[in-house]
Amino acid sequence: MALLEVKDLVVSYGAIRALHGISFYVDQGEIVTLIGANGAGKSTTLRTISALQRADSGQITYDGKDITRASASAIVHQGLIQVPEGRRIFAPLTVRENLEMGAYSRKDKEEVAASMEYVFQLFPRLKERLEQAGGTLSGGEQQMLAVARALMAKPRLLLMDEPSMGLAPILVEEIFDIIQEINAQGVTILLVEQNAHMALSIANRGYVLETGTIQLEGPAKELAANPQVQEAYLGGG
Amino acid sequence: MMLQKLRKPGFYFLGISLLIYIVIQVPLSLGLLNNYWRGIIFWGAAITMVTLGLNLIYGFNGQFSLGQYGFYAIGAYASADVTYRWLHGDTSGLLVVLFGSLLSLLFYALVAAFLRRFYRVSALTQFTYYTLVTIFAFWLTVQYLVPLLGPGTLSLLQALPEAVSRQIVFFVALAGGAAMAGISSFLFGIPVLELGSDYFGIATLGFTIIIKVLLDNTDTILPFPEMKGARGMIGIPQWTTWTWVFLSFMFVVIVMRNLLHSSVGRTILAVREDERAAELVGIDVASAKILAFVVGSIFAGLAGGIRAHDLAFLHPQSFNFVQSFNPLIIVVLGGLGSMTGTILTGFLWIFLLEGFLRLYLPPGFETWRLVVYPLILLLMMLLRPEGLFGQYEVPFLRQTFPSLRKSVQAEEEPLKEVAA
Repeated sequence: MALLEVKDLVVSYGAIRALHGISFYVDQGEIVTLIGANGAGKSTTLRTISALQRADSGQITYDGKDITRASASAIVHQGLIQVPEGRRIFAPLTVRENLEMGAYSRKDKEEVAASMEYVFQLFPRLKERLEQAGGTLSGGEQQMLAVARALMAKPRLLLMDEPSMGLAPILVEEIFDIIQEINAQGVTILLVEQNAHMALSIANRGYVLETGTIQLEGPAKELAANPQVQEAYLGGG
Repeated sequence: MMLQKLRKPGFYFLGISLLIYIVIQVPLSLGLLNNYWRGIIFWGAAITMVTLGLNLIYGFNGQFSLGQYGFYAIGAYASADVTYRWLHGDTSGLLVVLFGSLLSLLFYALVAAFLRRFYRVSALTQFTYYTLVTIFAFWLTVQYLVPLLGPGTLSLLQALPEAVSRQIVFFVALAGGAAMAGISSFLFGIPVLELGSDYFGIATLGFTIIIKVLLDNTDTILPFPEMKGARGMIGIPQWTTWTWVFLSFMFVVIVMRNLLHSSVGRTILAVREDERAAELVGIDVASAKILAFVVGSIFAGLAGGIRAHDLAFLHPQSFNFVQSFNPLIIVVLGGLGSMTGTILTGFLWIFLLEGFLRLYLPPGFETWRLVVYPLILLLMMLLRPEGLFGQYEVPFLRQTFPSLRKSVQAEEEPLKEVAA
């Protein structure tokens, strides 16, 4: 059974329909990517799963439970965590406090310190910046902090919205390496990216979203080889 | 050692507070402080409590509110009505605020448990349920509990010495005023807090105006002839003593401090920093906002009771919306998100502008106040936009994020020992 299943999801912003009934699933342990151009509805999909946006119709099932109408905090408490677009770290709080906020939903407070150690292993640079205000970090470090904060919640499914946005190419590679490492630890990942090339290179499967509908789907390798995808998203053919 | 470090600021804080208490109580007992300055001190304390509440709502939780004076007025009138009725041998005010709010709380718990079974109940639905049970609670109290318990309570309290019964009645009046402010802010906050900051500000301004209009008409459209509408309520006993002021003030400061230092306080701050991010770490944003709003309003209600029983006279005009800018100016001047700033600026504000200005400047100058206030604010915005005190706090009030830090420190310490 799929860990996350989205069925016929329809979402609108006022009169404008952003998603016209999309369906997809994410299996336990996978990396699945949603790729597509600006305005295709990628972020809307993630926002709706996290209950930041209301669905008009359709169904979202997580771990066998219907979460379509659950509250944002209830969803986080079930281990479905989002790394939002634009990082959204708590700028005046220190790195440590940001990480502690990430663990807000957890009940196993004793193990939080262990999670923090794990996060420092992944992002040694954050440990150096522990008492620095989050807002003073560089863009790359802020992205790392955003991922680290999400990991502090001990996610089972991690939703990542454009983790490569605005980062230098070398940092993009670093972030994607880390995504793979997190996945290897057993965290399922749903990745939304404009950088289709990078996203398809680490994903198991992918979906191509275009103006609110799913145009193509399949194993990541097949999508990367698909002439349509190459032309539209991979810059050439 | 750790324990001493943590407690020291607390001891200092309480020590200094007690000292201030004595420094003011002694001249009061000896008759050295005249009524004018006594009034100024009490007024300063009341305004500071109102402003601390606003700082919790605006400074710490980021919800711009102009409604603080509305809740101040509710607290003032509600508590004044309780003591006024008591003086006229009527315990109904006492019983209504006491049992009405207790019953409401009980019903709220039941409604909350009931609504928890549904996903994402819309704010208006919640508002409807909570309002209906509130009306039901007060109707039950007025209709059944007051006739049932009224005579008994009266004879019970009259059997006590007057000094004791007065303190009991005054305590219930103050708590009742605060509770009325809390209940109205809860009901008002459910639908309105969801609007987001700017719209919330406008809605709270509307609230203050509605309250003022209602107070103008307490004897005509509301069933409270003793409040005398726009003529002003007279005959309120002057029961506020320095001890009551001090206790209420310390209550406000310590409750606010402990709230902000708790994990709930952390959610309140996180909502201010970034609502979306707070939601994504699993914080129930709506509850955090309502909590800060209700607690802040309770402070205002309590201050209203203190002020009413010092002035012994209430007039709707003192709660109009121009007045409601006072706490806003003080909180911005003192520093949003600084309790220390609010406390010092609140007292200073009343001392300088109401105390010294009237005494030492030529008469008529106080009419210039509405020119002076905006000028001060303007200069402030230009020279020191973060407020006089920024986010500075005296050690006792300083927020930390203590709960999780311990575990990480505990891991670091053995390392140091090895190095030594």
